[in-house]
Amino acid sequence: MEKVKLTIDHKEVEVPRGTTIYKAAKQIGIDIPVLCYMNLEDIGVENKPGGCRVCSVEVEGRKNLAPACATEVFDGMVVKTHTMRVINARRTVVEFILSDHPKDCLTCKKSGNCELQDLAIRLGIREIPGQEYAEMSTYKTDYSPSIVRELDKCIMCRRCEAMCNDFQTVGALNAFNRGFDAAVAPAFEMDLQYSPCTYCGQCVAVCPTGALTEVDHSRDLIDAISDPNTTVVAQTAPAVRAALGEEFGQEPGTLVTGKMVSALRRLGFDYVFDTDFAADLTIMEEGTEMLDRLKKHLNGDPDVQLPILTSCCPAWVRFIEQHFPEMKDIPSSARSPQQMFGSIAKTYFADKIQTKRENMVVVSIMPCLAKKYESQREEFAVDGNPDVDFSISTRELAHLIKEANFDLMNLPGEDFDRPMGESTGAGVMFGTTGGVIEAATRTAYEMHTGENLDEKIVFEQLRGFEGIRKATVDFNGTSINIGIAHGLGNARKLLEEIKEGESEFHAIEIMACPGGCIGGGGQPLHHNDTAILKARQKAIYEEDENKPIRKSHENPEIKTLYKEFLGEAMGEKAHKLLHTKYFDVSRKIEIS
Amino acid sequence: MSRIKVKIKEQDLNKIRDICQAHGNQPGELINVLQQTQEHFGYLPAEIQEAVANELGLPVAKVYGVVTFYSFFTMIPQGRYPVSICTGTACYVRGADNVLQEFKRQLEIEVGETSEDGKFSLNCLRCVGACGLAPVVLVGDKTYGRVAPDGVKDILAEYQDKE
Repeated sequence: MEKVKLTIDHKEVEVPRGTTIYKAAKQIGIDIPVLCYMNLEDIGVENKPGGCRVCSVEVEGRKNLAPACATEVFDGMVVKTHTMRVINARRTVVEFILSDHPKDCLTCKKSGNCELQDLAIRLGIREIPGQEYAEMSTYKTDYSPSIVRELDKCIMCRRCEAMCNDFQTVGALNAFNRGFDAAVAPAFEMDLQYSPCTYCGQCVAVCPTGALTEVDHSRDLIDAISDPNTTVVAQTAPAVRAALGEEFGQEPGTLVTGKMVSALRRLGFDYVFDTDFAADLTIMEEGTEMLDRLKKHLNGDPDVQLPILTSCCPAWVRFIEQHFPEMKDIPSSARSPQQMFGSIAKTYFADKIQTKRENMVVVSIMPCLAKKYESQREEFAVDGNPDVDFSISTRELAHLIKEANFDLMNLPGEDFDRPMGESTGAGVMFGTTGGVIEAATRTAYEMHTGENLDEKIVFEQLRGFEGIRKATVDFNGTSINIGIAHGLGNARKLLEEIKEGESEFHAIEIMACPGGCIGGGGQPLHHNDTAILKARQKAIYEEDENKPIRKSHENPEIKTLYKEFLGEAMGEKAHKLLHTKYFDVSRKIEIS
Repeated sequence: MSRIKVKIKEQDLNKIRDICQAHGNQPGELINVLQQTQEHFGYLPAEIQEAVANELGLPVAKVYGVVTFYSFFTMIPQGRYPVSICTGTACYVRGADNVLQEFKRQLEIEVGETSEDGKFSLNCLRCVGACGLAPVVLVGDKTYGRVAPDGVKDILAEYQDKE
C-alpha cells in the first residue's frame, strides 16, 4: 500500500494513503480529543460524521481548521493539534454544546462515565459564556421497558444511529429535524416501544452522554431485599462475571465469579444462583429439540424445518418477530435461560423451600438491556406474577456494590447456592458468540453418537470473533453444518439466505450484540475499545476450561431436576414450563 | 403484543406504488419519490411515509428524517390559499418581517402552519425574482407587490368569502 509522510506536532509519521489525521496521530501517541467520532474496529463500525468539530486541528496552508477524524492525510502535510488557535476553537465548540445541555450532572445516570463530562474536564471549561441568553431544547423523556431516552442530552453525534442502522439494521433510530431542533428518534418521534426497536441496547452502549440509558431497577431491588417477608433470589448471567471486575479497576478479562457471589450474598439476597444452571437446562431442551428435528430431517420428513435457530437472545427474538415474522416458527421453542430459571425457581425451588411464588422475587443480573423487556413479556407470568420480577444490568450491580461499600476484589471467593447454582463449562459459554452452539454440540454429539467426547470437547471451529462464521462438525459420519452470527445485521444476512432457500445450515446460533452477551448493552462501557470484548471472551473460555464438568447433560442438579420434577426433556411438564412461542409484531400497511 | 397496523386508502397506496415503481423502487431515489408524492397529495402525512418506506425497503425513521430535514417537505396539509411571504434580502430590508408578523397575527398561525378552517397556510420563501416590487407576497398564484402591514387585512379579505 502506498505510504505518505507527514508531520504532526513536529513528529514525523508514515502511514498508508487514506489514513485520517486522527488515526495517524494516535499511531505516534498523540491523543486528539473526539466526541462524535467512534471506531469499533473489531466489528467494522466507524462513525465519523465530522459533526461536533471537537477534533479540529490546524493544517499548514489550509485556511480553516480541519476535523482530524474525517480528514485524510497527504504527503508533506504539517499538522498541529494543540496550538492556541486550536485550543480556543475547541473550547468554543464545547462551550456551545454545553450551552444547550442540561446541567444536572450531579444526578445524571452517566455522571462519572460521560464522555462529554470528561471533555469538559479535560478542556478546563469552568463557565459557559452567554449561557443566560442561550436557548435550551426540550423534549419529553421516553421510557420503554428497557431504555430511557432523554433527548435534551442528545448532542447529535449519531453514534446510536450508526449502531441501530449500520450494525443492527434495525432502523428504529434516525436523525430528524435540522439545526438547533435536530435530535435522534424513531419515526414521527414515537415512543421507542412502538418503533421497530429490539431493545438490544447497543445505542446505550455507545451513547457518549446521558441521552440513552437503561431503565434502572436497583431501587426495586433494595425494596425487595428490605422486605422481610420476601425471599429474594438472584441469578447471574455468564457474561457478568467476565466484565464486572472492570468497574473495580481490574484488567478486562478478569474473572470475578466467586467475589460476585460474595457481594450478592452480602447485599442480602436469600439465595444466590446461577443462570448458567438454566443454560444447562436450555441445552437439554434445545439440544433435544435440535436432535429431534435433525433426525426427522435426515429421515426425509418434509414437514420438518431446518435450520433450527437458537432463541436465548431476547433482542434477536424481537428482531425476528419484527422483521421476519414469516419465519417466526424456525427458532427453537426453548425459552431463554433467564426465563427457564424464573419458571423453575417459582415452581420447583419454591416448593422445595415451601414458599409461594407471590412471596418470592427473582432478580436476574444480566449484561443485557433486552432482558428487562423479556422479563415483562406477558407469556412469562402466571396470574400476573412474572417468572422473573426484574432484571438489573452489570452496571447497576456495580453501582450497588459500590454504594454498599464492598471492596469487591478483597471479598472472599464464594460458591453459588444449590441446587440452582450448579453449572457446567457448557453453561458459562452462553456468554460469548459461538458458545451456545458449542454447548449444544457437546450434548447433541454425545446423545446422537452415544460416544463420549473425552479430549475432543473443544470445538475450535465454532470459536472466533468474525461477524458470520460457518463450520462443519462431524457427528460420526454425519456432517452437521453450523452457522453463527453476532450482530443483527449479520443475522439478517443468514435469514435472507434461509428465505431464499439457499441456507446450507442445520443449526444457526444468533446473538444480537457484538461478541455476544459479553458485548451486551448492560455491560461496563467499552468506550470504543473493542479489544475489551475479546478479553471478556477469553475469560469465558477460561471459565469453561476450569470447570470440572463441561457438558450440560452431566450437570448432577439438572439430572435431579428431571428425575424429581420435570420428567422427560421436551415432555409435557417441560413444554409448559420451559418452552414458548413467538408472535408477529411487524408493521403492516393495511387498506382502510 | 400485536402488529402495528397502518391504515391507508387503496387508491393512495396504488398511487405511491406507481411513483416508487417509476423510480425502480430504489432507496436512493427517496427524495425524488417524496417530491412527487407530495406533489400528488399536497403533503406527507405519517401513513404516506410508512407506505413509501415499505415500498422502498427503508426504515420509516429514515423517511421521517428526510421529510423533517428539508423545509420543502411538509406533514401539514396546505391551505386552499397558501400565503408565501418573500424574505429574500430585498424584501427583508424593505420590511417583509413586519408583513410576516401581521399575517401571523391576523391568521393566528405560525410559519409552516395551516389555519383551523383549512383556508390559509403560511410560508416564507427566498426571492421570487420581483425585487422591484419588494416586499412581495404570494397567495396561490397571485402576486402582491409593495405590501405594507396595514395592507394585509385587505389581501386576506379578498379570499374571506371564497370557498
